Amino acid sequence: MNKRKQISEIVFKLISGFCAYSLIGILLFIIGIIFVKGFNALSFEMISQTPKGGYYFGGEGGFLNAIVGSLYIALGATFIAIMIGTPAALFINVHLVRYKRTQNTIRYLLDSLWGIPSIVYGAFGFTLMLLMGMNASLLAGIITVALLVTPIMTRTFDEVLQTIPKGLHEASFALGSTKTETAFKILFKQGFSGFVTAILLSFGRGIGDAASVLFTAGYTDLIPTNLDEPAATLPLAIFFQLGSPIPEVRERAFAAAAVLTILILIISITARIISKRYLKTIIK
Amino acid sequence: MEIQNIVDSAENNFLNLNSGIESFPILRIQNLNVYAEKNHILKDINLEIPRNKITVLLGPSGCGKTTLLKCMNKLTDLYKELKVSGNIFIEQDDILNTKKDIPSIRQKMGLLSQRPYLLPMSIYKNVAYGVKLKGIRDKKLLHYSVEKNLKEVGLWEEVKDRLHSPATKLSIGQQQRLCLARGLAVKPRIILADEPTSALDPISSKIIENLFVELKKHYTIILVTHILRQAVRLADHVVFMYYGDIIEQGPPDELFNNPKTETLKKYLVEGN
Ligand SMILES: Nc1ncnc2c1ncn2[C@@H]1O[C@H](COP(=O)(O)OP(=O)(O)OP(=O)(O)O)[C@@H](O)[C@H]1O
Ligand SMILES: [Mg+2]
Repeated sequence: MNKRKQISEIVFKLISGFCAYSLIGILLFIIGIIFVKGFNALSFEMISQTPKGGYYFGGEGGFLNAIVGSLYIALGATFIAIMIGTPAALFINVHLVRYKRTQNTIRYLLDSLWGIPSIVYGAFGFTLMLLMGMNASLLAGIITVALLVTPIMTRTFDEVLQTIPKGLHEASFALGSTKTETAFKILFKQGFSGFVTAILLSFGRGIGDAASVLFTAGYTDLIPTNLDEPAATLPLAIFFQLGSPIPEVRERAFAAAAVLTILILIISITARIISKRYLKTIIK
Repeated sequence: MEIQNIVDSAENNFLNLNSGIESFPILRIQNLNVYAEKNHILKDINLEIPRNKITVLLGPSGCGKTTLLKCMNKLTDLYKELKVSGNIFIEQDDILNTKKDIPSIRQKMGLLSQRPYLLPMSIYKNVAYGVKLKGIRDKKLLHYSVEKNLKEVGLWEEVKDRLHSPATKLSIGQQQRLCLARGLAVKPRIILADEPTSALDPISSKIIENLFVELKKHYTIILVTHILRQAVRLADHVVFMYYGDIIEQGPPDELFNNPKTETLKKYLVEGN
């Protein structure tokens, strides 16, 4: 009996260990491929210049337009998501604390929004754009991506807020806090790591999404100087260049992918560091 | 109009006079009923809490002690399923039926829960938080209040060199005293303590118990405890509850030496 337990223990450990490490393996493999293929084409020119004439046939220039465009769109959309998602998540957890059914309905709806494919947001954004008489532009891209990431921002922050013990709510109210004070002075701080994670997820999703910006942000070789102008994005830069018959251009797609990956890694590491610093004052 | 004023001021004088009298109860509960769905949690509770005394709520698990405490500072508002009716008078205010703002009612009471729930900030800010809510912004006043209340709970010497480090670094016993200091800082009249020593080691528990004896000079303390010895040591007035009812109440020696009901007799025997 004991022997059997020992064996099953070992077997289970092997299987779960294999699963865990193979996940890391796959991740490393993907990053490896992208970097190996991308670094051939990656040069300072690539990330510091906009496309020159003939760039898409292997000519001079780089994809700075797409880097800047992506950053503009992701930052703008994340900013909107923070401004809407933060109070929304706090509201769900503080003001709706008595209304379990409403809470659950809102959560369910947000989850559904999270699950909608981004091409649908793209189509919706496109329709909205036409209705408002706008052209494909930075602003239209930002709004569409904001629609895409606000549910992510809200639900991610909300998930962390939900784990805050009821005792802390009670402690805060017992000291004489109003609901708003409890939300913004206590729960926001207590859930700060979740707040940072939520921003990170939103930003990552926003900067990496191609379908939502395809019709709304457009594509241009120039760096947009105001909200009415179209903007290039990294995912679309990858998409267009990968479709090229010229091998050199296809390599540049991998360079763009590598840059996108590095951006996301930087964001996620920064977010970790920030949230670690705040974790110290948090009760567990 | 004038007569109204005179009557009002006479009434006020009368109330002021009354609240100066030692024996006048600080808190009066009348016909308090609490339901959770169909569950009758508190059954027509009538109770008077004497001023500047330690009142101990005693009773088996699930009899409604915590719920009773939560009614007193309206934390029951956080639970939709709890239906509360009746009257709770604190200094003539019926807090269950008043239009006064709830935060200021809650500040009349300091809450000490089963385990310390620190605010996610520094030691200093934990104490200053409630004071700031009262609108006090002056740095000197805040510092004075922090120092005074930390001294009151005997924590000052232990933390004065690290006031601005996170409160989570304190030991559990220190954390519980910090929670007490933070509650005292808003100048409550009543301290509601729900098994405040159940997460603490014997020495920290002893410190809290001694603090309560000191604090009752200035505050009224309502203490929920499971520990009979603690009840014997601290209580001036004992309230024994059983399944949502108050079965017996009175001074501790009377209750512990000559329990009138079988239920309490059994509880005392099993508790020891
Ligand atoms: N929010 C709620 N919803 C439903 N039932 C509740 C709720 N709060 C308390 N109860 C019920 O009310 C009864 C009294 O609970 P309470 O927590 O007041 O007991 P207690 O005397 O403090 O017990 P303990 O000594 O174990 O802490 C229990 O049966 C409990 O299940
Ligand atoms: Mg309890």
